[in-house]
Amino acid sequence: MSEEKTKVADIDRSLYDFRYEEDERDFLGSGITADIIGALSDEKGDTDWMREFRLRSLEIYRRMPMVNWGPSIEGLDVDNIVTYIRTKSRMNSDWNDVPADIKDTFEKLGIPQAERESLAGVGAQYDSELVYHNVRKEVAESGVVYTDLESAMHDERYAELIRSHFMKLVPPTDHKFAALHGAVWSGGSFVYVPAGVKTEIPLQSYFRLNARGAGQFEHTLIILEENSSLHFIEGCSAPKYYEAGLHAGCVELYVGRNASLRYSTIENWSKNMYNLNTKRALVEEGGKIEWVSGSFGSHVSYLYPMSILNGRGARAEFTGITFAGEGQELDTGAKIVHNAPDTSSYINTKSISKDGGISTFRSAVTVNEKAVGSKSSVSCESLMLDSISRSDTIPVMDIRTDKADVGHEAKIGRISDDTVFYLMSRGLSEEDAKAMIVRGFADNVSKELPLEYAVEMNNLIGLEMKGSIG
Amino acid sequence: MSQLLEIKGLTAGIEGKTLLHGIDLTVGAGETHVLMGPNGAGKSTLGSVIMGSPEYAVSGGSILFKGEDITDESADKRAKRGIFLSFQDPVEIAGVSLSEFLRNALEQLTGKHTKLWDHKKKLKQCMEILGMDSAYADRDLNVGFSGGEKKKAEILQLLVLEPQLAILDETDSGLDVDAVKTVSAGIEEYKRRTGGSLIVITHNTRILDALKVDKTHILAAGKTVAEGGAELAGDVIEHGFERYINGGK
Repeated sequence: MSEEKTKVADIDRSLYDFRYEEDERDFLGSGITADIIGALSDEKGDTDWMREFRLRSLEIYRRMPMVNWGPSIEGLDVDNIVTYIRTKSRMNSDWNDVPADIKDTFEKLGIPQAERESLAGVGAQYDSELVYHNVRKEVAESGVVYTDLESAMHDERYAELIRSHFMKLVPPTDHKFAALHGAVWSGGSFVYVPAGVKTEIPLQSYFRLNARGAGQFEHTLIILEENSSLHFIEGCSAPKYYEAGLHAGCVELYVGRNASLRYSTIENWSKNMYNLNTKRALVEEGGKIEWVSGSFGSHVSYLYPMSILNGRGARAEFTGITFAGEGQELDTGAKIVHNAPDTSSYINTKSISKDGGISTFRSAVTVNEKAVGSKSSVSCESLMLDSISRSDTIPVMDIRTDKADVGHEAKIGRISDDTVFYLMSRGLSEEDAKAMIVRGFADNVSKELPLEYAVEMNNLIGLEMKGSIG
Repeated sequence: MSQLLEIKGLTAGIEGKTLLHGIDLTVGAGETHVLMGPNGAGKSTLGSVIMGSPEYAVSGGSILFKGEDITDESADKRAKRGIFLSFQDPVEIAGVSLSEFLRNALEQLTGKHTKLWDHKKKLKQCMEILGMDSAYADRDLNVGFSGGEKKKAEILQLLVLEPQLAILDETDSGLDVDAVKTVSAGIEEYKRRTGGSLIVITHNTRILDALKVDKTHILAAGKTVAEGGAELAGDVIEHGFERYINGGK
């Protein structure tokens, strides 16, 4: 067993931690100034409104105070993070045209295989730009638009739609990193599902960071019209670096009347990343948003997808799992705003902490005066694998009507020695026994994921559990 | 004749309190031994120590399995050698199905990949012997199982994993007459298939009816106070432990 006694920091992450040398001239330079933003706009050929939007966001960013209520982000020096890196290739819809080193990176991550098997399209972001993009014919033929946000913005068919939705749900004034995002955003996906179209095959985007000190500020905008449905999968994995990396993406989801959207994410940023991501959904009458969220990576995370239930009978479901290991402080949860009668929300999260990792669950449920007859249920379970790890639960409820049904349940536990002995008596090593218990604990989340993601999550748990015996 | 299990002068306890005082026990291949004694005699402790429970510390003596010293080995290594313990109070594991768990255990024990189809077939066949509804295979391990179902699930594991030595810790306790019969049939089937050895910890002879008992050991206060053949078990059930505890050997 002694050869298994490696520290978590030293585990073999070779599958996820690889990168290729960047060409120096691709960097726009460190720090964020109006000049840099202007150069970025030139590079992208921004329209006038976007050019102004970026500069206005930069002003807001400068004015706003640093976030100070959660895990420390002192180690983050935004000015030293290169905000934009061009990849060496332009958009590709044919796999053969993707440059070899980029292709190799994706191949290690299993993207083309995944696509071949069951996915409708890949909008994979390499550094800050889309390099590979393909939507299967049947999806495109049904009228669904799945493309990169930047080119969609220049397409007259979508320009106005994007302008009227872009950063309207998450305005730059929301918080400092939303403002930063507004100034430097780059890349990301645009999905439009017309009324009545039910998309059977999930759409997938898989993006990652690849350059030293690179920030990633991708923007995802999804609009579902009445009676439509979609499953969108977002997966992230980043190579390991020695300098602090920053991810400040933004996801805006508009779910129309009686439409249904499932948004699944597995995040596995390398363990020096600051993941300050903002996700928000606006749900109209009878619509439904389902979030499935797995947070494994990053040094520090702030992640609380928010659902605004704006029409009668709108629903939100959030299923999440967070795994905090050595040196990680993952502050995750969900926010729900009940803004109309008969709305319902269901939050179910699991968090695991080990080797001194800190996992904090935050939920904020607001039920407004007009949300009579609404229901909300919040449940969180925490599993601590040793005595040096921490798990906190901070549920906040703001209920402004007495005609609502609201419940909260929290459980915190440890792996029992009896359970480990039981599994060991059946031939499982201590490490395998614990991994099996953790996998079981995470099972209700993996069940919500498409098969290949469930497999990846199980592998990640196995990887994280390696060397946990010491 | 080779001995499967040889325990010599085993002394063990928990947090400074000695629970087993110099136990000797030898089990030959294919033999069935019965372990009896009043509550707190150390029977379950002995079973757990043979299996390698980290809860107990061994302070003296040794445990040999097929001639090799396993006294300091971890439970998983002992399991791989062919030792199995049917727990008195099996644990519940949420999110892991009985079938998935058993396949995983089988692969760990044999070091070989088990085909899903073959595994399901074998599992179904073993469940039939125990009169278990096949739906239990896909349920979370022991979660929400009744006491009887948990015990059946232990014997199911015995049938699937086919160890060389099985310690059954009060597998019959808390079972109704019919359930004891079913469990006994499962144990009999295990013997028939594998010719494995048994150490049966019990308070009554009903579970033994279908088995040919080779030896009975009476434990009291962590010591062996009497040993004999199959008849000793019957005698204890009829007359109680008193005479053995007070009269000594």
